[in-house]
Amino acid sequence: MIVGIPQETQANEDRVGATPKTVKRLIKQGFEVLIEEGAGRRANYTDQAYSEAGATIAPSAKAVFSDSDIILKVQAVNENEVSMMQENQVMLSYLSPATNTALLESLAAKRVNAIAMDAIPRISRAQKMDVLSSMANIAGYRAVIESANHYGRFLNGQITAAGKVEPAKVLVIGAGVAGLAAIGAARSLGAIVRAFDTRMEVAEQIESMGAEFLTVDIKEDGSTDSGYSKVMSQAFIDAEMELFLEQAKEVDIIITTAQIPGRQAPKLVLDYHVAAMKSGSVIVDLAASTGGNCVLTRDGEIYTTENGVTIIGKLDQLPAQASQLYGNNLCHLLDDMGKNDDFRIDMNDDVIKRAMVTYNGKVNWPPEPLPVSPQKPKTVVVENKTTHKAKPEKKQGWTTIISLIGIALFLYLVALIAPPEFMGHFTVFVLAVFVGWQVIWNVSHSLHTPLMAVTNAISGIIIIGGLLQTQSKLSDTMTIIAFIAILVATINIVGGFLVTHRMLKMFRK
Amino acid sequence: MISGQIQTAAYLFASILFILSLGGLSSQESAKRGVYYGILGMIIAILSTVLGENVHGHIYIIIAIAIASIIGIVLARKVEMTSMPQLVAILHSFVGLAAVLVGFGSYLDPHTQALEGVDRNIHLVEVFIGVFIGAITFTGSVVAWGKLEGKIRSKPLVYPGRHLVNILLVITCFVLGYFFTLDAGIAGITHLYIMTAIASFIGVMLVMAIGGADMPVVVSMLNSYSGWAAAAAGFMLGNDLLIITGALVGSSGAILSIIMCKAMNRSFLSVIFGGFGSAPSGVTKAIEGEAVSIEHAAVATMLGKAKSVVIVPGYGMAVAKAQYPVNSMVEKLKSDGKEVRFGIHPVAGRLPGHMNVLLAEANVSYDIVLEMDEINDDLPQTDIVLVIGANDIVNPGALDDENSPIYGMPVLEVWNAKQVIVMKRSMATGYAGVQNPLFFKENTRMLYGDAKMSVEKINGHL
Repeated sequence: MIVGIPQETQANEDRVGATPKTVKRLIKQGFEVLIEEGAGRRANYTDQAYSEAGATIAPSAKAVFSDSDIILKVQAVNENEVSMMQENQVMLSYLSPATNTALLESLAAKRVNAIAMDAIPRISRAQKMDVLSSMANIAGYRAVIESANHYGRFLNGQITAAGKVEPAKVLVIGAGVAGLAAIGAARSLGAIVRAFDTRMEVAEQIESMGAEFLTVDIKEDGSTDSGYSKVMSQAFIDAEMELFLEQAKEVDIIITTAQIPGRQAPKLVLDYHVAAMKSGSVIVDLAASTGGNCVLTRDGEIYTTENGVTIIGKLDQLPAQASQLYGNNLCHLLDDMGKNDDFRIDMNDDVIKRAMVTYNGKVNWPPEPLPVSPQKPKTVVVENKTTHKAKPEKKQGWTTIISLIGIALFLYLVALIAPPEFMGHFTVFVLAVFVGWQVIWNVSHSLHTPLMAVTNAISGIIIIGGLLQTQSKLSDTMTIIAFIAILVATINIVGGFLVTHRMLKMFRK
Repeated sequence: MISGQIQTAAYLFASILFILSLGGLSSQESAKRGVYYGILGMIIAILSTVLGENVHGHIYIIIAIAIASIIGIVLARKVEMTSMPQLVAILHSFVGLAAVLVGFGSYLDPHTQALEGVDRNIHLVEVFIGVFIGAITFTGSVVAWGKLEGKIRSKPLVYPGRHLVNILLVITCFVLGYFFTLDAGIAGITHLYIMTAIASFIGVMLVMAIGGADMPVVVSMLNSYSGWAAAAAGFMLGNDLLIITGALVGSSGAILSIIMCKAMNRSFLSVIFGGFGSAPSGVTKAIEGEAVSIEHAAVATMLGKAKSVVIVPGYGMAVAKAQYPVNSMVEKLKSDGKEVRFGIHPVAGRLPGHMNVLLAEANVSYDIVLEMDEINDDLPQTDIVLVIGANDIVNPGALDDENSPIYGMPVLEVWNAKQVIVMKRSMATGYAGVQNPLFFKENTRMLYGDAKMSVEKINGHL
């Protein structure tokens, strides 16, 4: 089978459906590769590199479309391209099926089997072909680089001979793949990063990337089964807006990444937020192409507002990198579809049946919904704990009574023979044992060694015995005995306390 | 000179400080403050005693304290964290020795000789018991020290009928004690000598019979004894401070022993009176499978892919002093965004909390160091468990093999993790002397060699 890669026709599209590296992979899968002349130019891949990788260079798009069985593209095809396509051709590209109904119909009419790469379901198995994730990763990274470029200051804090530099504060709104990538990039440049998301479950991911998770005081979780967030209540949105206002006054860079597939991007950064920002601040709007998260964003443009805030609505695509990852995603998908030798379209496959938006002349959209986010098992509290314990407790009650009687008898016997002075000491002894018993149970497990060292030092209190027995004359046996007793007890006290201190110094949070 | 009442008040204050000191150890934050309380209490106790009325020979006291302080400082400075168990053991022996000496001193004291009737008998019994406990503590601790230091073989010394011998010896001591109270003047000193010798022997035999794996119990038990010895000294001197402090230390040691025993699912008495692993009643389960070894580079690759890692250290890590390279490995893994935690078995090492101290020494932050109960539930979701020099505490036989000598002992269920890597010097058995089925499990890989070198090599590949 022949895999064909035409040049992208959209003016602002620099990516290409295959790179020399992925061409090699395709050939390894058994395909022949046909690529239009100059297809990779804007992504810095030369025709020579492609032919060295084993691809045949086609002189025109027409040749590619007419000779290939499978077409690899980035952007959706236009009318002109559709007219060049063949019946039963398979096409892989972005299609935005939710908003591109007309295109889907014309592809179906042409009996092209089109796979929308942006409709690959986001399940674990399909992660390797998830172009949204791979592209979002790039966008998140690039958003930080772009903003750093326009920010005009360091992102990291420094103390230099020329003075102190405060680290930049970055707010990332929306912690999907792009948001998390942005957090990582901004963190590694040294900025202080905060992130907001309506889905509580991503708090941990945000924190794991080293950012602070911002949240509002209203308990409402925005997560849905699809993995995207739902629309929040008005009270939540009000609180959110207030939080953003507070943050806008403080942060230097805002990166917004909130997108809902097939819908307008939610408006999260409003005019008064922008007005509140410091002059020189930067907003990067990754949702610019779907209307922007910031009301002032202009798609495909970078401009500075009157109060000096730069709003970036256009990002460099890192075409070489992006093409490579995109191409890999496509290879993975072709891999899944059986490579060259047993290539098939399996409409029972969870991934294919959802991404195959036109099949055998029919539009296959919208697909049945599929839950994605890993469900956390709801913890069920077992209520039978109390009944379980009741029996041994009853038994324990008896043993307690018996041992109490035993203790009372023992004390009575002691009191019969012992002199009053002894009873006084005995009282002290028993109470001290009880106090010790209560206190020690609280000692944390990790401190058992220090505990032992400290009790060791304290048991050196036996030195008092030696002190009391020392006589004024050295020749007295008692003095010698006492001397040695004091000696060893002191070693104990000093050694024990010092070594405990040494150990405890090492414990750090 | 301060009056008796003020001295009592000072003692009371010192007692409060000691209690606060022990209470302070309930958390890392307050622990340091706890030590200062202890030191303050001790200073108050010593000063109020020395400044009291019945004290003579101040010059000797000062000399003794000065010499001992220097020795103590040197000891505490020099000791390595890995040999902490030995130091603790030898310090216990000092308390025991001091108790014996104070007992003898008290017996020779003219005040004692002046006593009559019940008072005298009671006092002599106190002296006798004090010396008895002191002597056991002394020799027992010395033997424990020898075992920990490796000077005495750690295999339990058991001979048939030893329980009977021990009981006879204790009875002999009782009899001696009876005659001791009858003797007039200081004539009973001979009985006291003989009893001391017997008690010393009991102390030796008691610890000799206990195997290496039970060392944490023994050390905490001796800790307890040293407390009771101090309390007994307090009775003979009629000194409440000694009684209180001794009781505190005694119950502390007892609790530690109980905790250790629970962690090993063994009764306290069987630890004290029996050697470990008195021949298992049945045949232990035959072990199926084969131990598969692995190379350092492969371990590093696995770690590179893992998201969550749990490290289970054992005595092997202490012996190899591997805690520093382990920490640098942890830092590396953490900086790669992996979740790294430690799972500590309560009896890992040779001293309660031994592993925690070693990890703390290597600067491992204590909030990633978790106890067995805290981590066991998380193990099934863990990608890799690194077992560093531990054996019995990760033995699945403790749960499913009724004939295993360690059956019933709670263990770290590392085999539930996706992958287990066991670092070990060889296939030899642990202290309990049982083979470990873990090594033969499908998801287990063995990495042979000294723990420190192994970890360093893995670090090199990471």
